[in-house]
Amino acid sequence: MRDAIAPTPATPLSIQHPRGGTLARAIVVAGRLGRVAGLLLAAAMMIVPFLWMLTTSLKAPGTVLEIPPRIIPSHPTLESYREVFDLVPLGRMFANSLFVTATTVVLQLLTCALSGYAFARMRWRGRDMLFIVYLATLMVPSQVTITPLFILMRQLDWINTYQALILPGIVSAFGTFLIRQAMLGIPREYEEAAFLDGANHWQVFRSVVLPMVRPALATLAVFAAMGSWNDYLWPLFVINDQELMTLPVGLSLLQGRYDTDWNLLMAGSVISVVPIILVFLAAQRAFVNGVVTSGLK
Amino acid sequence: MVGDTGWRRAAWVSLFVLPGLIGLSLFTIGPILASLVLTLFDWDLLTDPSFIGFANFERLWHDDDFWAALRHTLIFIVGYVPLVMILSLGLALALNTRMRGLAALRTAFFLPVVSSWVAVALLWTWLFNPRYGLINYGLDLVGIDGPRWLYDPLWAMPAIILTSVWKDLGFVMVLFLAGLQAIPRDYHEAAELDGASAARRLWTITIPLLAPTTFFVTVISLINSFQVFTQVWVMTEGGPAGSTTVLVERVVRHAFSYGEMGYAATISWVLCLIVFAITIVQLRLQRRGAFDA
Repeated sequence: MRDAIAPTPATPLSIQHPRGGTLARAIVVAGRLGRVAGLLLAAAMMIVPFLWMLTTSLKAPGTVLEIPPRIIPSHPTLESYREVFDLVPLGRMFANSLFVTATTVVLQLLTCALSGYAFARMRWRGRDMLFIVYLATLMVPSQVTITPLFILMRQLDWINTYQALILPGIVSAFGTFLIRQAMLGIPREYEEAAFLDGANHWQVFRSVVLPMVRPALATLAVFAAMGSWNDYLWPLFVINDQELMTLPVGLSLLQGRYDTDWNLLMAGSVISVVPIILVFLAAQRAFVNGVVTSGLK
Repeated sequence: MVGDTGWRRAAWVSLFVLPGLIGLSLFTIGPILASLVLTLFDWDLLTDPSFIGFANFERLWHDDDFWAALRHTLIFIVGYVPLVMILSLGLALALNTRMRGLAALRTAFFLPVVSSWVAVALLWTWLFNPRYGLINYGLDLVGIDGPRWLYDPLWAMPAIILTSVWKDLGFVMVLFLAGLQAIPRDYHEAAELDGASAARRLWTITIPLLAPTTFFVTVISLINSFQVFTQVWVMTEGGPAGSTTVLVERVVRHAFSYGEMGYAATISWVLCLIVFAITIVQLRLQRRGAFDA
């Protein structure tokens, strides 16, 4: 009996249980095994769909609709990737997404850092009132502004332009709030020393305050990049020229035209998912922080 | 600061505030106000806008399609919110321990969170394919004849709910994990020394102390799920037979398919009022301290 349930030395499960009995230890071991099994099952549920996306994209055109479905393609090929680039300007769309995301992130960081500094480190009349206005806009869902924004873009003749994709996203009340909170935590002494040395606000902002809120900036950058790279509703509204589409809109265009060519659709999906996943793997901590903080929104 | 005269000081403040403020006024505050005004107009963008008073709201009241969309949105919420909360709490509890390899698992749960909704929706449309999809194949293996999912008015919404749970699981799990890690370990250790079982500790320590997080997560999930759109648009476009129309889908449909800017704005304000109501309830409950640990 003892042999049957005693953990093998190799398993890292031999934590001393206070009650110490064999049965109690068996329960602990069983609980741990159950936990691990459950977690592995759940992780498989997360990974298998992605694998299915990848292997479908590697299937030859005629072999996608099979019964029973094959997880591993019999003759893996990159044909779908070549074809999908011929059917829609996917390379161009990829570049558009990259350009729009990069510009949005840089400009959003800039405007949020500047306003954050004014709200956190300067005294001026109307500051707190204005900050409440900023916070109030956070409660309004983005769908409320989308109709008037679209009308504005039409009046400016900005439909099918990069500025229509970028400009509405360069200011973020949430980002301003995030940076302000981070800047509030900096002790006064740091900037006072700089001011006494004759520095002006720009110099203090640039070389004292900004370096101290780097984690918050990273969090905001990740959050903004994810939002911009994956945004769908707004680009769908303001872009109908293929040459200016971002990847998500391009993907749905592809879906509209080739809705049964799953090898093509999955190849397109892989192309849109891989960059953001790579960025995520490289900067996991900032990502998780970004997502947790975005929960505040 | 020292020796800054009035105008110099104003110039500095402007330098820092204006870039953001101009942007926010043009692209957020202005449009919010404009949208409110727009609810009183009929405007197809081709002819001049015409003032029609509260006619849009009257139309809304008698618009069966709007009420159907609201109903479907609520059905989505009733399915999605409890499911995503229970599953992600379970995951967070399982992950909230020191064990080798857990970081890799956490990464796996986060992959759908960072992926674009369009790609995820396409992937699941393919997985739910009644004939060739992996899901019905799996069901077939265990002897279940799977439904036609996105082609079946009864099963389309459950398919969308399952897809959304899959996408958001990691996000909600991370919020729960943050809450769990804030619970002091001493509580558990003390209870364990007193001989409390794991199940008992879960009910008497973890769940009550997690209440603020749970409350917060519920509110975010509610607000987010009232705005459900992309997955619906990509997977069903509101079909089949209008069985998955939702509020934001109505806004998009009226604005862009029917060219009814005023009516689209009106529906978006209904959404906004719902979100306001949830936020106010949240603030009230928080102020009363009902969910403080």
